Amino acid sequence: MHPAYLQPSRPGPRPPARVGIGLKPQHVAALLDRPADLAFVEVHAENYLVDGGPRLAQLAQIRARYALSIHGVGLSIGGPGPLDAAHLDRLDALLRRFQPAWFSEHLAWSSHGGRYLADLLPLPYNQATLNRVCDHVDQVQERLGRRLLLENPSTYVEFAASSMTEGAFLAEVVRRTGCGLLLDLTNAYISAVNHGRDAWDLIQAVPAAAIDELHLAGFAEDRDAAGARLLIDTHGAPVATAVWALYRRTLAAIGPRPTLLERDQAIPPLAELLAEAARAHALLQAATPGPAPAAAPATPASATRVGHAVPAPLLGMARTAAWAPGGSR
Amino acid sequence: MSTAACPPTNTAAPSAAAFAAALLDPTRPAPAGLQTHNGSDPGVRFNVYRNNVVAALTGALAASFPVITALIGPPRFATLAHAFIAAAPPTAPVLTAWGEAFADFIAAFPPAAGYPLLPDLARLEWLWLRAAQAADAPALTAPALASRLAAPAALLAARPRLHPTVGLLASPYPVVSLWAAWQQDPRPAPLPSPADLPTGRGEPEQALVVRTGGTVAVVPIPPATAAFIAALAAGQPLAAAAGAADGLDLGLSLAILIRHEALCAWD
Repeated sequence: MHPAYLQPSRPGPRPPARVGIGLKPQHVAALLDRPADLAFVEVHAENYLVDGGPRLAQLAQIRARYALSIHGVGLSIGGPGPLDAAHLDRLDALLRRFQPAWFSEHLAWSSHGGRYLADLLPLPYNQATLNRVCDHVDQVQERLGRRLLLENPSTYVEFAASSMTEGAFLAEVVRRTGCGLLLDLTNAYISAVNHGRDAWDLIQAVPAAAIDELHLAGFAEDRDAAGARLLIDTHGAPVATAVWALYRRTLAAIGPRPTLLERDQAIPPLAELLAEAARAHALLQAATPGPAPAAAPATPASATRVGHAVPAPLLGMARTAAWAPGGSR
Repeated sequence: MSTAACPPTNTAAPSAAAFAAALLDPTRPAPAGLQTHNGSDPGVRFNVYRNNVVAALTGALAASFPVITALIGPPRFATLAHAFIAAAPPTAPVLTAWGEAFADFIAAFPPAAGYPLLPDLARLEWLWLRAAQAADAPALTAPALASRLAAPAALLAARPRLHPTVGLLASPYPVVSLWAAWQQDPRPAPLPSPADLPTGRGEPEQALVVRTGGTVAVVPIPPATAAFIAALAAGQPLAAAAGAADGLDLGLSLAILIRHEALCAWD
């Protein structure tokens, strides 16, 4: 039996199945001046693990007007080493102060040997990884006294050592730990394209009742060594048509869920993000049973553009010649 | 990573150590044990992770050191950042807490040898970042200090305590002016020739960095005031701190500290 705080039907206010956006510093003033019709905003925990100052003060102002989702990127839940106890302590203090509706993290690893690698790295899906991830999820939930939402990753390689599908892996983590899921439909689509699968397989494999939040974002497109499509998770473009279709199909299958529009690169003006959020809102309304849906807000003309492929890596290629005067770009 | 039921070598998952080592060194092949659905070279796909790591860390460092980035230009900054990432990667996932060692690294980075003011500029940017994120604490106000100032004997033995946001820079180079000019006109500028840059001959500058009302201020101060504040930061009582600073205008120095809310206690 899981502790009471892990019960999905726990009492207390939960944000309605509506749309939120990722909070970007350049939009804070506008969101405070003229509150937007958003169910919630989401922030990366690591950007707020500071001792004091205007960043935390602004988040407090935002929290007074909007529900909040806190999304971690640095816990390294899939890492082979122990969880970073100091990092968990700081997360706990942040969550206590801001009381977000959800706290989510990733099925990935990001630290090793005392180094933070600043990316969400892939895991082999086998029994050893499953045991480790479940242990870590248990520890996080116990330390934070709240249910964790675990997010499916976007991946670019697979492991010969994997013995189960991502969907089966996540379903087992949910069964064993009582955690919830943050289903990132863009990640599901990216991983499906990158590994020649059907994104729907993942969505069907995970327990619908555990899905507490959905993520939508844009990606960039590249090619692998064989010339096959290789999609790159950039959060730097509008949501692609194929992902909107997956969103519609998911809502029809599991019902409405709170949905976040993520944008972390090439941040557009707030109005553009809100227009994209309105498009998601209209689809949520259409999927919501009950009274006739409200008139759909305006939607952007096109949501199919994707970003640029990522350039080749440069680490270790540092020039050693002395800098010469002249142009900088 | 697996311990129990060791699979055959060719299907073993790479250890996190092997994965991380290949991630940070593009001269190594991709780790063994990766596969792709279409049989394509996993190295190309692995490079996405390599690029993500470098791009994320370079971007974080550029965000923490915007004036350095603008002054030397993004390509040179990338060269510098990549070398720093290899030498002193972050140890924790809070990237705004990473970069304290950047100034010393620049000072020892051979390509930057012609630009000796860059390390102090980096120190100033680090103090700014630190001030922006340091703990909140109520500052002493002028009225609260009035009674203290009225009792000169006790005053000299007092130990004014600096606010947690306070930082101090003393440089032989005019980096405070350079920093301030960029605030006025924050555009990438061509890197000037070393001959065009001040070399430190007769142009030292000092600054008090402090957060006042949610905004970080970089306040140019006289050398004696900087020496005085440094002595206070070291825990010296007021009289000793004042004595340590040749030519100090104590009234002016205290006025600067109070006006910018740089004191939080008066023990």
